[in-house]
Amino acid sequence: MLESAPLGRRNHVSGPMDLYLPVANLSVNALVIVLLGGGVGFLSGMFGVGGGFLTTPLLIFYGIPPTVAAASAATQVTGASVSGVMAHLERDGVDLRMGAVLVAGGLIGSLIGAGLFELLTAWGQIDTTINILYVVMLGSVGAIMGRESLGALRAAKSGLPAPARKRRHHPMVANLPLRWRFYRSGLYISPLAPLLLGMAVGILTMLLGVGGGFIMVPAMLYLLGMGTQVVVGTSLFQILFVTIATTMVHAMTTGAVDIVLAGLLLLGSVTGAQFGARFAQKVRPEYLRLALAAIVLLVALRMGIDLFIRPEEIYTVQ
Amino acid sequence: MRRLGALILALAALALPAAAQAADPRLVPDVSNRTIDIQYSFTGEELLLFGAILYPGQRLPDDRADIVVVLKGPVRPIVLREKQRVAGIWVNASSIRLRTSPGFYAIGSSRPIDKLVDERTAAIFELGLNNLSMSPSGFSEARKLERFETGLIDLYRRIGLFYENSAAVEISEGVLYRARIPVPARVPVGTYRAETYLISRGRVLAVASRDVQIRKAGFERFVALAAQRHGFLYGLTAVLLSLVLGWGASAIFRRR
Repeated sequence: MLESAPLGRRNHVSGPMDLYLPVANLSVNALVIVLLGGGVGFLSGMFGVGGGFLTTPLLIFYGIPPTVAAASAATQVTGASVSGVMAHLERDGVDLRMGAVLVAGGLIGSLIGAGLFELLTAWGQIDTTINILYVVMLGSVGAIMGRESLGALRAAKSGLPAPARKRRHHPMVANLPLRWRFYRSGLYISPLAPLLLGMAVGILTMLLGVGGGFIMVPAMLYLLGMGTQVVVGTSLFQILFVTIATTMVHAMTTGAVDIVLAGLLLLGSVTGAQFGARFAQKVRPEYLRLALAAIVLLVALRMGIDLFIRPEEIYTVQ
Repeated sequence: MRRLGALILALAALALPAAAQAADPRLVPDVSNRTIDIQYSFTGEELLLFGAILYPGQRLPDDRADIVVVLKGPVRPIVLREKQRVAGIWVNASSIRLRTSPGFYAIGSSRPIDKLVDERTAAIFELGLNNLSMSPSGFSEARKLERFETGLIDLYRRIGLFYENSAAVEISEGVLYRARIPVPARVPVGTYRAETYLISRGRVLAVASRDVQIRKAGFERFVALAAQRHGFLYGLTAVLLSLVLGWGASAIFRRR
């Protein structure tokens, strides 16, 4: 486990809300963690994302060791996605066959991720890798999302309909061998494509503690060419099972899941999500997407700057 | 037989310097807590190290003696990494392995250490942060080693795992001493040693020590042990907790 000076907690004054985290081995302000979970939950309910991509960096900024942050954030995403999955299942909005292939890929991915995690920790490069992955992923996804929602807003203003994207899978996907029918998604493609996608996202879940919905949804739409009505439900389905798997893998390999931390985050996020979902119904979706893009880009920017400025701690103990 | 007897005598003299010099005083040390339990609200604690100096014949010497107290945590092997700028970004570029790095070290004294003993004595008794022997493994140049040790000391001082205070010990009437040592929330668990040194005219006259247990207790102990030993069940519990909380919240809100 890594030890570093917590950024915001150098002059920590103990108060009544302090709680000791038995796995992270430090005490935190319980209220701050619950509120952090609540804020992330609000956003995740509003945008329909798991919110892991916000939880992990925020916990690291707060002073939680990166490994514990990633492992416990994955546990929180499970809780954030379960009600969504159930709602989508009721509405028949999940392609179970596609979901099963994605989950299978995700399980393989989380095991590969565990191996990578161990290797990178031994080399001392896990933190930098987590940082760079965040910057690249969030930066590109945020930029694409921002451009699209700006385009949609401009189109809405000029009164013309936004140029419709052709629903078709990527030529690379068409070249893969073996073909299965995915009825709910309206696809006849190789199962290797979703398997590989699931694997990639599984690795990210293990390393970063993210559900990966913000990568999964665009990839399902533009790479696989899935029908929009099952995209969100199927993505949530995969997220639910893969975050469960990564929690288990973390618990059995790194031992970095802090159940107290995860519980506090969950308390905040599950309630926050309900309010977020309600709030989302009152706002136009283009603005929602633009706001999400801005948040994603801000997190990427903050982590990007951290790579280049001299860190507060030059030395770390492992 | 005579040689053996001489050897035993010599060993006894080495092992019991106080006995060999009958005029030397003795220390009777104690600590405020023999065990420190880390529990849910643990945000650190202050440990009181106190005791009495017993002079032979109960006569105080003319010049005042000084007291140094040391609280030392269990040693463990660590890898210490140093970040450097590589191609514009800061990454861990260099590292050393220290086989006996204490997870906690606090030293308090009645006067600055360098005024009490010379460097050699301080090094022998490991008095002061710069005198900790951390057994670096493998060969590394002295300057690099020094740079890393300075880095570690600086880091640990700021997070409270290393502590140095040359005014921590208060001696009253020349015979009773007391010192408060802050123990932060992130201390490693294990058996700690609270050592007391009586020093006069550059010489260590007496040493005494007490063990202190720092351990997780109650729920925290249960959780930490479960996470270490029963990973599968622990993970399953975490998953169930998140499923129940996630599903429960939506069920409650839907009913409204």
